[in-house]
Amino acid sequence: MKLRRSMLFLPGSKAAMLSTAFVYKPDCVMFDLEDAVSLREKDSARLMVFHILRTDAYKGIETVVRINPLNTPYGLKDLEAAIRAGADAVRLPKTDCANDIHELDAEVARIEMECGCPIGRTKLLAAIESASGVINAVSIATASKRMIGIALAGFDYVIDMQSQRGDGAKPELFYARCAVLHAARAAGIDAFDVVYSDINDDAGFLKEVELIRHLGFNGKSLIHPRQIELLHNAYAPTEKEVSYSRRVIEAAAKAEKEGVGVIALDGKMIDAPIVSQAQRVLQRAEASGIRR
Amino acid sequence: MEKGKINNLIQELSAQCPDLGSLQSFAGASSNVLHGNDILQNRRRKLCASLEEAIQRTGLEDGMTISFHHAFREGDKVINMVMGTLARLGFRNLTLASSSLLNTNAPLIEHIKNGVITKIYTSGLRGKLADAISHGLMDTPVHIHSHGGRVHLLQTGEIKIDVAFLAVSSSDVFGNANGTRGRSPCGSLGYAKVDAEYARQVVLLTDEIVAFPNTPISISQDRVDCVVKIDEIGDVSQISQGAARTTHDPRELLIARFAADVVEFSGYFKQGFSLQTGSGGSSIAATRFLEKKMISNGITAHFALGGITSSIVELHEKGLIDVLVDTQSFDSVAAESLGKSVKHLEVSTNEYANPSSKGAFCDQLDVAILSALEIDTGFNVNVITGSNGMIRGASGGHCDVAAAACLTIVVAPLIRCRIPTVVKRVTTLVTPGESIDVLVTDHGIAVNPARPELDARLREAGLQVMTIEELYNRAVSLSGVSDPIQFTDRIVGVIRYRDGSVIDVVRQVKGCLP
Amino acid sequence: MRIITEAVAGSLESSDLLVKVSPSRDKTLEIYVTSDVIEQFGTQIRHVVDDTLKRLAVTDGLIVIEDKGALDYAIRARVQTAVLRGAACKELNWEQLS
Repeated sequence: MKLRRSMLFLPGSKAAMLSTAFVYKPDCVMFDLEDAVSLREKDSARLMVFHILRTDAYKGIETVVRINPLNTPYGLKDLEAAIRAGADAVRLPKTDCANDIHELDAEVARIEMECGCPIGRTKLLAAIESASGVINAVSIATASKRMIGIALAGFDYVIDMQSQRGDGAKPELFYARCAVLHAARAAGIDAFDVVYSDINDDAGFLKEVELIRHLGFNGKSLIHPRQIELLHNAYAPTEKEVSYSRRVIEAAAKAEKEGVGVIALDGKMIDAPIVSQAQRVLQRAEASGIRR
Repeated sequence: MEKGKINNLIQELSAQCPDLGSLQSFAGASSNVLHGNDILQNRRRKLCASLEEAIQRTGLEDGMTISFHHAFREGDKVINMVMGTLARLGFRNLTLASSSLLNTNAPLIEHIKNGVITKIYTSGLRGKLADAISHGLMDTPVHIHSHGGRVHLLQTGEIKIDVAFLAVSSSDVFGNANGTRGRSPCGSLGYAKVDAEYARQVVLLTDEIVAFPNTPISISQDRVDCVVKIDEIGDVSQISQGAARTTHDPRELLIARFAADVVEFSGYFKQGFSLQTGSGGSSIAATRFLEKKMISNGITAHFALGGITSSIVELHEKGLIDVLVDTQSFDSVAAESLGKSVKHLEVSTNEYANPSSKGAFCDQLDVAILSALEIDTGFNVNVITGSNGMIRGASGGHCDVAAAACLTIVVAPLIRCRIPTVVKRVTTLVTPGESIDVLVTDHGIAVNPARPELDARLREAGLQVMTIEELYNRAVSLSGVSDPIQFTDRIVGVIRYRDGSVIDVVRQVKGCLP
Repeated sequence: MRIITEAVAGSLESSDLLVKVSPSRDKTLEIYVTSDVIEQFGTQIRHVVDDTLKRLAVTDGLIVIEDKGALDYAIRARVQTAVLRGAACKELNWEQLS
């Protein structure tokens, strides 16, 4: 189970950030060739990302490249660069329907074959940024075996909805969040929440993190290193959660050892999803300790 | 009694005890008074109409030693002004003993070229002056000492200050001075107090003459010869520029957070501990993270030492640090706190860090967080030369505090703009590795192998501990291996350890000044 | 690859480099490098630039580089971008770029 709590966005054109961001140890890093890069710099950013991926600076961190859409002059070249450099995954922006993923999947397979790397190595992430995307979320999430995650991108979605970003509760994202989450669960992949752009508002950020964590989001897109520590701590289990999870795992191990089909704890029956949940809790605790 | 009768007394005494024959007879109440008969004039006798008059009164001559302090840091106006005046008056061959020299002292280059200054003792050099000296401006090597080491050199007599020119924020007509009153408060006069003690002649320069007696008294009238009023002694807004500033840089904050974690799990984080943070961004930022830990663990500190910053003052005002022991106030908040808090103490550098003092505060220090330009795989630290061999820093209190504190932590980014901080061997050795316990970088933490119990504690706590060789290899894998710097054989600087011994030298960099 | 027009890539931000290429006046390859870290990494920087140009088969041109402490990967990327722009080349030959 790969932990993907934090996905740090890095503009592909910024040398200083590319050269240093791995020290913050996010779970995933997303090299952006799309919105963060001006049209004039697309070629330059592509080669920067290509070359940094070929070093082992980001070893231990899952590397994702956000390519431009395939119907732009840049998308296919971005994809070549990402795959040939060995990125773990490619994120497709503005995914509206399953066909967008089918198309991407085909290109990825072709490139993998051409450059001789193992077929299936490159994973995919879809970014939902429109009403259509939300409606088609389930078919998008199940469109390819390479899919590992589906992310909601708030900015463009809200414009498409003819709504606007609000502070606080953000009801304008409510349905989209739920849709994306359900799609992810149905497909057995991860769900990611939107970027929180006010990097100085820790309280607001943490409130949103609490909400999405509670809903069940696996992680969130981040735009500044200081958000990583805050997020990881918010995702860290409490002492109580950890000790309960340990007991669940022990009970499961005991049942396995005794060849007993049913796991029991405190007089209650523990079924498989609870065991998986306990494993996730302990994995998070392992990664960043108990919540402070 | 008449004169004749008194003379007879001396004769009688002498007859009874011959060695009492040399005593003098009383010859009138004002006959032996040093300063003349006019009582009211006497009160104002120290006031000089101008700096030139003061210089003249001190009897300063060519070849003598003059001193300054650097509490105003980049905002200092006195050093350049006095040196400019001395140059204009035709003085030559002077030894300059300033507690430190900064970017703002570039005008001294001309004076060195013209032979006004031929020898320098300082804790540090920066900017154009440092560049010029690195390229061989001076015939004799510059002596670079620590803050505590400077006092030691004064005590051994190696530095003999003939005239100290001391900028003070306020003074009365008799020379009682401090750094907390007036319109240019610099805070602690820790360095100046020492010079006032040891100099043959003391000239105070101030932009604020106040009613007698001035309070509080940092420098006492009984050490002062001349008082001169000038227009502006310094720009206090520039004190916290350069090295001493609060950071928002996420990398420095990451390092600061790791440093605070190290303190928390070091075994020294207990009720009543004591702390010093250096002047770098990460060191100062570490106090923010320590604050949270102090509150959640219910721990307060008995004292904080050293250069005092607003971050430290905040903890003091929140009741988390009981006493502040201030040798240099790094910003106006610290200066103001010194003026109003009873438990914010001003100490001289002798009380702060002199190894041959009867009692130095650094000996009572638990935890120190310091910075470094370079640190090698033996944990030796360089705070004076950049990796291109040019002088650009200060020895400061580094080796003093590192030697004395129970836990010395060095914080630094692993790589600064392609330049690795962790190297195989430091360009210049200032603080020996045996004084350094932990290195904290953004890539991880390394513990001196001489402290295995500390290493175990930090690993146990789940901190990102690795060997210093691993950090070195990490730096090389990112930056590449650097070319060795080309030096000539000529020595331009001598690094004096706190006990006066020579620990390293700085050689002239090859090539010309750009 | 032949540089047929003036082109620029990169920036003078810290850890980056600015690469300017222009056609050669006399069919020679002239490379000028200035850097904040020239004493420490001048040799290494030069080596990476030479290697990058060689792999792109650039044999003439005027290359001027102002480096601000960039790591090797960035030097490769910016030099390649400047050359591709200068050669008005839209196709990416991944063997040459790797």
